[in-house]
Amino acid sequence: MAQAAAVAKPPRPPRRRRASATPRRLPYLLIAPAALLMLGFIAYPVLSVFYYSLQEYNPTKPWRNGFAGFDNFTHIFTEDPLFRDTLVFSAKWVVVEVGLQLMFGLALALIVNQTFVGRALGRALVFSPWAVSGVLTSAIWVLLYNSQTGVTRYLADMGIGDYGVSWLSDTSTVFPAAVVADLWRGVPFFAILILADLQSVSKDLYEAAEVDGASRFKQFLHITLPHLKDAIILSTLLRAVWEFNNVDLLYTLTGGGPAGATTTLPLYIANTSVESHDFGYASALTTVAFVILLFCSTVYLRLSKFGGEK
Amino acid sequence: MITKEAVVAAPAPAAAVPEPPRPATKRRAWDEAPRWQIYLPLGVYLVFTLVPFYWILLFALRPAGSTSLVPWPVTSVHFEKVWTDRSFGTFFHNSVLVGVATLIMTTLVALAGGYALARFDFKVKRAFMLALLCSQFVPGALLLVPLFEIFAELQMINSLGSVIIAETVFQLPLSMILISNFIKNVPYSLEEAAWVDGCNRFRAFRVVVLPLLRPGLIAVGSFAFVHSWNHFLFALMFLNNQEKQTIPVGLNTLMSADSVDLGALAAGGIIAAVPVVIVFAFIQKWLITGFSAGAVKG
Repeated sequence: MAQAAAVAKPPRPPRRRRASATPRRLPYLLIAPAALLMLGFIAYPVLSVFYYSLQEYNPTKPWRNGFAGFDNFTHIFTEDPLFRDTLVFSAKWVVVEVGLQLMFGLALALIVNQTFVGRALGRALVFSPWAVSGVLTSAIWVLLYNSQTGVTRYLADMGIGDYGVSWLSDTSTVFPAAVVADLWRGVPFFAILILADLQSVSKDLYEAAEVDGASRFKQFLHITLPHLKDAIILSTLLRAVWEFNNVDLLYTLTGGGPAGATTTLPLYIANTSVESHDFGYASALTTVAFVILLFCSTVYLRLSKFGGEK
Repeated sequence: MITKEAVVAAPAPAAAVPEPPRPATKRRAWDEAPRWQIYLPLGVYLVFTLVPFYWILLFALRPAGSTSLVPWPVTSVHFEKVWTDRSFGTFFHNSVLVGVATLIMTTLVALAGGYALARFDFKVKRAFMLALLCSQFVPGALLLVPLFEIFAELQMINSLGSVIIAETVFQLPLSMILISNFIKNVPYSLEEAAWVDGCNRFRAFRVVVLPLLRPGLIAVGSFAFVHSWNHFLFALMFLNNQEKQTIPVGLNTLMSADSVDLGALAAGGIIAAVPVVIVFAFIQKWLITGFSAGAVKG
């Protein structure tokens, strides 16, 4: 093979032809592995969810399995109070989490974008929870919130609050407690993305604004913020979808409790399919969740005029 | 030379003429906020970030039942217990396998696809891009049941392969979009020049483009690793055999026990954190340049 190639006398022309001739099939070959994987393990499961949503399907009650038409959907919208409750909680969870994460993430990014002594170390430390998993975050905050040996005990030692308080098992405190735990690892995500985008703001703009006597706040408002707009829109959207879908943290931290107080829609769906094996109904719920998500994302992108005015 | 120009596009070029006499107003430039405005909020935030880390370290290192706020005398009892009695040694091994395999598969597949998206115009390109974006809205957690059935059909339940495939698939779309953006940032003319010099397309890519993609690939690869290291639901669903489980599942088991062994949980948490923290410390710098190069622009 190698010899044959070496012998070929005019090396250029055939190679030229190959370089210009390959592209026709090459791109398809290159995307084939990705496309096949996604067809098999995303598209096909999604379609089967749509299919099951029209079925009564429960492996533990095979005698009832069969075509159900829109029964599952009518049940969701007319007879299932849990659907409404969990959807409302999901919305609250996503809005609060993404809002706070963006606020703190933006502030944090602006701070560590300054030049100061110890910046590299400061960045590494404040970003570090980003790498921590939902389950590990839960483990850490379970230790912190533990009623016997958690922070409340030491606070009580100092005269703040009572002994034996468990923030995770009280319906009035569980929401803020879970929010704080998720903020802890969510803020660095925004901070990293925004900091990355801040690197591309032209310094000249600030200098020009300086010459014109604009205050630092005005510079932020008129230079930094418009520059960050697209990055902020995209990262809030991605994060909102992620916060909506992700069940790791709540599943392990509160298990959706106490008394269902922290059950999001996906958590409810997971329980329906994994614990009650009601796959048909879970699939219908999934379909509804998917439509809601797609609808909200489209509206959000439209309203925020993503990518416009540039 | 080329490397630097192409990749380090982010930092502004050093001012052409450094003007020595800096007027007083210059001190109030955006770059130079009053020190307390930096250190005070940063310090407060650091407390919030670090206290939880300290807390888990405290529980992992102090003897059970101790209420001391300083982990002294240090004990390794919890680590020994969790590593052998609670099979974290096995879990660790499995997690490493899953993480590394996911990293390799995601990077290779996304690199091929990303190159096609960056360098060619082909018929289904728009449809494919749309599919990539849409897949971002597909909740992996909600596809557990059909995925379980597929893997059961393929006889892959209880094999790490199922988790590796599932993790890779859900990492792919974003990785591919990022990598195609990184490739777009490398001028096509560099590749064309290599062809003229007698390289074929693959060799030109390997010699010219690949080295320039390093920050981006490090960002994408470590993303895939950290994500699959951390992710929990697929492993929980597809691996029933304790011999096959991964660290997050082990942590969950510790947490959902009737009486939680806090020391073991903390030690298990530290074992779970160490690899990602090391990866993170190593890639942190690349992450920011990587993202700013791959930022989706309009």
